Parts: sequence; C-alpha cells; structure tokens
Amino acid sequence: MSAVAVERAAVAHPDPRGTPGTGTPGTAPGDGGGPVVTLHEVSRVFPGGVAALRDVHLDVHRGELLAIVGPSGSGKSTMLNVIGTLDRPTSGRVLVDDFLVDDLDDRELSALRASRIGFVFQQFHLAAGVPALDNVADGLLYRGVGRRERRRRAAEALDRVGLGHRLTHRPHELSGGEKQRVAIARAVVGDPPLLLADEPTGALDTAAGAGVMDVLRDLHTVGTTVVIITHDRELAASLPRQVAMRDGEIVADGTLAPGGAGTVLAGAGGAGGAGGALGAPSTTTDEEASC
Amino acid sequence: MLTTLRPARLGAPDVLRVGATGLRTRPLRAVLSALGIAIGIAAMVAVVGISSSSRAELDRTLAALGTNLLRVAPGTDLFGEAATLPPESVDMVRRIAPVETATSVALLTAKAYRSDLIPTGESGGIGVYATDLDLLDPIGGTVADGTWLSEATAGYPAVVLGHTTAKRLGITAPDPAVLVWIGDQWFSVVGILDPVPLAPEMDLGALVGREAAATYLDWDELPTTIYTRTREDAVEQVRAVLGATANPQAPNEVDVSRPSDALAAQQATDEAFTGLLVGLGAVALLVGGIGVANTMVISVLERRAEIGLRRSLGATRGQIRGQFLVESLVLSLLGGAAGVLIGVGITAGYATSQGWPVAVPPVVVVGGLVATLAIGAVAGIYPAVRAARMSPTEALAAV
Repeated sequence: MSAVAVERAAVAHPDPRGTPGTGTPGTAPGDGGGPVVTLHEVSRVFPGGVAALRDVHLDVHRGELLAIVGPSGSGKSTMLNVIGTLDRPTSGRVLVDDFLVDDLDDRELSALRASRIGFVFQQFHLAAGVPALDNVADGLLYRGVGRRERRRRAAEALDRVGLGHRLTHRPHELSGGEKQRVAIARAVVGDPPLLLADEPTGALDTAAGAGVMDVLRDLHTVGTTVVIITHDRELAASLPRQVAMRDGEIVADGTLAPGGAGTVLAGAGGAGGAGGALGAPSTTTDEEASC
Repeated sequence: MLTTLRPARLGAPDVLRVGATGLRTRPLRAVLSALGIAIGIAAMVAVVGISSSSRAELDRTLAALGTNLLRVAPGTDLFGEAATLPPESVDMVRRIAPVETATSVALLTAKAYRSDLIPTGESGGIGVYATDLDLLDPIGGTVADGTWLSEATAGYPAVVLGHTTAKRLGITAPDPAVLVWIGDQWFSVVGILDPVPLAPEMDLGALVGREAAATYLDWDELPTTIYTRTREDAVEQVRAVLGATANPQAPNEVDVSRPSDALAAQQATDEAFTGLLVGLGAVALLVGGIGVANTMVISVLERRAEIGLRRSLGATRGQIRGQFLVESLVLSLLGGAAGVLIGVGITAGYATSQGWPVAVPPVVVVGGLVATLAIGAVAGIYPAVRAARMSPTEALAAV
C-alpha cells in the first residue's frame, strides 16, 4: 500500500476538549474552535432526478449538540449520510475534521470513519447473540486496537453509558433503551470527535428515549460533538441548536432557549440543556420499559 | 494530531474471528452447507483409501507368495485342438539354469463326486489332477487340515481336496472314512488345502498321486501344466525360453503365464473402477461447492445491515471482501476436514473388516484439503465482491 497522506484542508484547530471553559451544555457555535463538519453548497441528487439535498451550507462546531429536524423526505437522513461520509454529494464540498472528503478514496474514508465518526442508528444494529462487551469492542475493530485493549475500553465505555453491570448480556436480554445505550457505547468507545445519531429514540418508548438522550447529553458535556437526526420537534427543541430541513433545504438554523424568539422551531415543552454530569447516570434510565 | 488517514490492518486472529461471524450466528446453515463438501471429500478419500489399502494388501500378499512362479500349460494347436505337453517336458524345464524347482500336474478326464449316486453331469466344476508329490512348495500351497500325499498314499486311492472343492462336496474334515467317488473308484480324503492364490485352479481340484491316477483313472502319463520357480532376477529370460524347452516340436502350442501378473492385472481393473468412483466423488464435491456459494450469496443478502454497520465502523471495501472470502474458506475447510476424517474412518473400517492394512495416501488428505480451499475461494469470490460493492447507505437502509 502506498502511504496515503492527506493534507488537512485547513489549519488544525485546538482540541476543544483540552480547552478550559468549554463543555457546558448549550455551548454557542464557534465557542470551542473551528467547525468539525462543514458542508459548502452541497447537493445530492439521486438517479431519477430526486434532489435530497440542494445547495446546503452547514457548519457544525466542535463541542456542539444539535438536532437536524424535519419531516420524512426532507433530506435529513441524506444529510447525515453525507456528513458521515457514507454517501458522497453530487456537488459541493464536505469537510470532516478538516479533511476534504472529495479528495479521499474508499480506504481513506473508511479510516476517517473509523477514527473520527461514531454512528448511532435507530435500529441499534447490534450483533445478535454477541455479548454487549464484544458488541462495543467491535467499535474499535477497524482501528487496529488489540482484542484485549478493545475489551478493556469497551468495558469503560459501557460503564460510561450506565451499563457496567450488563457486560455479558446478549442483545435479546436487554431492553430497547439498553440496546441503544450499548450502540452508543460502541459509537464512542474510540472517542471520536463527532457522534452522529440517526433517530436514536425512534424505536424507543418515552422513558427509554429520555434515558438515551441523557446519555447523549452527558457525552456532549464532556466535549463530544453530537448531531442528532430526528423528526421529533419536541426532542429537537430540547437541544441547544436546531437545523430545520424541508425538501432538501435548510429552512431554519437557530439556537433555542425555551420559548425564545429568533427561531421558527418554537416548540412546546422544550427542556433544553438538561444534561447530567458524567459518571452520574440519570435515574430515569433505570426504569425503562423493556421492548 | 494525526494528519494521515490509513486504514488499520486486521490481525490474523481478528480476520478469522470476523470471518467466522456467520458460522457462529447461523450454525445450522453452516453445518448443512459444509456437509456437501464433507460428503464429496469423504467419498474421494474413502475410495482412494480403500483402493490403496487393497493394493497394500496385494503387495503384502505378493511379497509373501513371491512373483517368480511361472506356469506352463498346453495351449491349442494350429487347428484349435487342445494340445498336450510331452512327458519329458518337466525334466527339460528343470535343466534350464535359473530354474529352482519344477513340478507338474495333469488334468484328468475323471470327475469327482460326493457319492456314486450323483448324476455324472453334476461335477461341480471340480477338476481331478494327477500331481507330483513336490507340488505344494512351488505353487505356495499349504495343507489346512489332514496331510499331503506321500510315497505311501500316492499309489492308493487317496485324495487331497482343494479349498473350494471341500466346500462344494460338503467335507469339513479329512478322514480315511470320508470317501469321494472319482472315476469308478472310492477315494479316501486325506487332506484339505488352504486357498492357493497363485494357482487358483487348485482350489477347485481333487489331487491324487501319479501312481493312483495311472492305476485307477486311466492316466496317459502326459502332464498338462508345469509350475516352476526361478531365480527372481531371471524370470523374464526363463519365461522366454520355456515354451521351446517344454515342447521343442511345437513351442507355439505352449501357454506360459506368470500368475502374479494376473493378480496385479486384476488390481489394475479395480483401479479403473476406482477412477470412476473418484469422479463421482468429485461431482459430489462440486455440488457441495455450489451449496457453499449459494449459502454465501444468501448470507450477503441477509447481512446487508451488518455490512453497513461495519462500513460505518470503518471497514474498508477490502476488509468486507476479505470477511466474506474468509467465511467461505472457513466453511469449506471445515467441510473438507470433516470429510477427510469421515473418509479415513470409512477406509479404516472397511480395510479392517477385510483384514487389510489401512493405507490412506497423505497426498490424498492434503489434496482434499487444498481442493476444498480452492472451492471455498471460488465459491466466495462473487458473494464477497458483491458485499464489498454494496454502498453503505443502501446496506444500512436494509433491515
């Protein structure tokens, strides 16, 4: 293999996690450094002429917690796939952690995903019959980490999401909320700077969904950039920043204080910034109904 | 901070562990598709193993019997009539330098019956021979029960029965009181022979002494078959001159054969049959390979979500391709290993039941495993490439 050295497209920004004063809920855009994700005039047109994204501009800054919200068909899932480098835009530029995605081939993109991006899916995608610990350890499989170290860090990650007592449980022995927290642990076991969650609470009941959201807020508290795709306006409204989409375009992008002005997303009952502290799992997670 | 993006290489244990994912999660399907390969390999290993065990047995037999026996028999004359050997032919053969021993028998026209009440047509294929007393050593015959003919019994109506003859006549043990009806005379059974592999005609023989044959059975003193042992290194030379020596007037009327060649030729016939069976095993193996390919194609379709997940975790196309290729190889190799074990087991069981040595050529075992690896690779390539080509978003969209 020829040595693949990809120049960063922009000057590296200081790691926000190392910067004092960041990591509080509701960090304003730009507070913790430059954008971790930049979409510039990004369009994605599918064969047949359906434009899922039209000329989208978006900056996601380090340490942010934001929702991309919109009805089904609005292009938000395509946006997540483009941000996550699972899909390439038809036109426009995508930068992830200062790498220009257009310049990367499959191997480099895979390495980018392995080291920089964690994914959480609505359907969890846990391997059946495999203990939670090994499911999480697989999050480090493609990063060249030895098995023993993978399992050690997986145990830590499970502890971080409040499942330290569920290491040997298999997916069918876990409730829906627990499954999603295992999936989150798998996504963050490698400490990626960017966590993308696609409808993370979509398959869960309210209590379990709240538990999962608490875990995501905790991760945001310690500096992880978290992007949540949802069609749930109420959920979106509880987050510091909302990007509203419709028909492949961003129709609103704003921060929301509950009931605040300057946003088209004023939803009822938004309880923003309710994240707990790291290592202190919320009590609501213990009462999740099993699926 | 890192400024290069380079996918990590998976270590060999991880490659195997990931490749075995499908086998762990769907063990029944893995077993069934590996079974096809196992049956093919087992059939081939067993067929070749049994054949080579049989050959090992033949080699052992020939080593014990020796390959230096030559048989001289009268053939037919130019007009198709049965020829005879001259009376002095045995002595002539003895004078050939490398000849160690020579002995003769003469097939008589008389037939042997269990009693004088048996219709003459029911002779049971038994041949009555006038024999020299030194017959047994050259042909490698041994007495199973009773005694061989002696100077004393050769002139009297006494008979030694071949192995098959005794069975046909229903005689289990020799006894002077046990009589068989030969010609127009009762003969006492004094002995029964073991089977004689190099002279199978003796198994269906009833052997009487020369004097008895002349006295009671109207023998004309002409030998019909000569058995001779020669020095091992001179068998072919002796064979070349035997015809002219035994019957100088009409060497073309003499058939010279080497009985050990007949045994080997029978083995060669068996080998042609073995080839056919190996071919059938190969067909079974091919069908097994198609089964594995089928399983892999279905597996790739069913596991799209897993493929998408792995891509999102950072697996490259190459790593996905490798995963399914390794899975196919592991599947085939498991089948192949099981097949080799089954095949060796069948060989061992059959050979043991026949009293043969167990011989499975290592090249068959190694070749069988290599063949399964090749089949696994071929069966896995298409599904693996298909899995790798799948776009991550499509893969993840499938649930």
